[in-house]
Amino acid sequence: MQLEDGSRVAVVGGGPAGSFTSYFLLDLAERVGTSISVDIYEPRDYTVPGPVGCNMCGGIISESLVQMLATEGINLPSTVIQRSIDSYVLHSDVGTVNIDTPLHEMRIGAVHRGAGPKGSKGAKWGSFDGHLLELAHGKGANILRGKVEELTWDNGRPRVQAKGLPAQTYDLLVGAVGINSTALKLFEGLGFQYKAPEATRTFIAEFYLGAEAIKKYFGSSMHVFLMDMPRVEFAAIIPKGEYVTLCLLGHEIDKELVDSFLNNPVVKSCFPPEMAILTPACQCGPKIAVKAVCQPFGDRVVLIGDCGVTRLYKDGIGASYRTAKAVAVTAIFDGISNKDFQRHYWTACQVINKDNQFGLVVFFIVSIIRKLRFVRRAVLRMTGKEQVMEGKKRAMSMVLWDTFTGSAPYRNIFWRASQFNFLSRLITEVTRALVVPGSKGLN
Amino acid sequence: MYIGELGKIYKEGENIVRQGEAGDCMYVIQAGKVEVVLERPDSNVRLAVLESGDIFGEMSLFSRTVRSATVRALTETRVLTVDKKGFLRRVHEDPSLSFRILQKMSERIRKLNDDVAALKGH
Repeated sequence: MQLEDGSRVAVVGGGPAGSFTSYFLLDLAERVGTSISVDIYEPRDYTVPGPVGCNMCGGIISESLVQMLATEGINLPSTVIQRSIDSYVLHSDVGTVNIDTPLHEMRIGAVHRGAGPKGSKGAKWGSFDGHLLELAHGKGANILRGKVEELTWDNGRPRVQAKGLPAQTYDLLVGAVGINSTALKLFEGLGFQYKAPEATRTFIAEFYLGAEAIKKYFGSSMHVFLMDMPRVEFAAIIPKGEYVTLCLLGHEIDKELVDSFLNNPVVKSCFPPEMAILTPACQCGPKIAVKAVCQPFGDRVVLIGDCGVTRLYKDGIGASYRTAKAVAVTAIFDGISNKDFQRHYWTACQVINKDNQFGLVVFFIVSIIRKLRFVRRAVLRMTGKEQVMEGKKRAMSMVLWDTFTGSAPYRNIFWRASQFNFLSRLITEVTRALVVPGSKGLN
Repeated sequence: MYIGELGKIYKEGENIVRQGEAGDCMYVIQAGKVEVVLERPDSNVRLAVLESGDIFGEMSLFSRTVRSATVRALTETRVLTVDKKGFLRRVHEDPSLSFRILQKMSERIRKLNDDVAALKGH
């Protein structure tokens, strides 16, 4: 089973995973001299502000993804990147520390997935997802604006029925529907043992501040909160063009938890004092996958991105790129059968799955830091002291940077944090923090 | 620098890489124009002018020698750095990531061939 001249591919979902797959399928097919056609089914209009035109996420393009895309010839313009990020601020009840990247270079992009929050008008920036869809279109992909309502088999080939469009049969069906779509059920119904991954709900909210206030209060830094809050694995505020995005990841985040976070004095102190009550312009509770999915592929069908295999908590868009690339390479160079996907695509997915195991350990350690006040104090002191050191010696700063921005594999972060020098410096700071009066409390 | 621009700005005339220095990264031009200059004791030779979307410094990703030429900004230029370690790790996972660099290097060899042929013809 292979893609040949005249083969047809259907990609259901025009978010980053779907657009990357289409782009690289067409790019690689062109390189090997095979003429294929790709149809992307995406009913969403990315020019409409609010949830209708948004794929709901924190909107961070990681350092590693920015570099890989530039290497692929995909340079992200400032009409899409709302704010470039070159540093982060670590907030905690025991202090705040600013951490600059060693290169002093803007390599993280903050974007809006859609056209901006509900009610925003005449935005200066375009949608990130819309930009990628345009790139795929520029490579030759057809965009079909119909919601897929039925997936069936037609003599062993996938058949797609979308609202208002004639049913079409394809040689390969790619599912890139994310984890928040009802289309997942359609793939489960295709009978190749696929089951949607286990998920948890997160919380994303946009607050309007205006460009000037954002520059003054948030700058070009990602603000990360290391505080003891139950069920929260990660809390950050990401500055964009005219809004800031609050991103809470963890387990079953509800309204009570969000209110308590927003009313925390450490969080409030980040915002202008006149914003006594923080009212979001737009908010959503998208799901994220927390457990690995089993077999997201079969003969002539494969799922990628969030509905296939993704990265734990961080850099979901980076995982979309990697899985999209793996599918495109497998389909063009190996084939489109269950065995081909098992042998090549699944191997790439397993790299992410295995790394997520290290991610669980890394976030477990972060949760200990969050819970113990004296450890928080030690981490902040160690990080603060590093700011006068040369870039490569800032071990704690870089471990935290890579953990919170999703810029390096968890395995790499874990090994760097296991080095003797790192641990001995940390133990020294922990011991010091223990003898400082008032820092021994558990929270 | 506008708030949504990625990379780092170099002023007109500023060196981005220096011939003879150790290098462990590649650069992708996001905006502006640079010249690649081979510095020689007697005279300098301009090897190329590169602009937005072009790459330079890619030889250091694959070989451990020092920078072969100096790259200087001809206008205000914004470049993005690609780290060697991260790049090689990704190429190990996905060798097709190097296709575009190989394509660019092939284009340069083709141009070099033309230049060599022109020199030999004289």
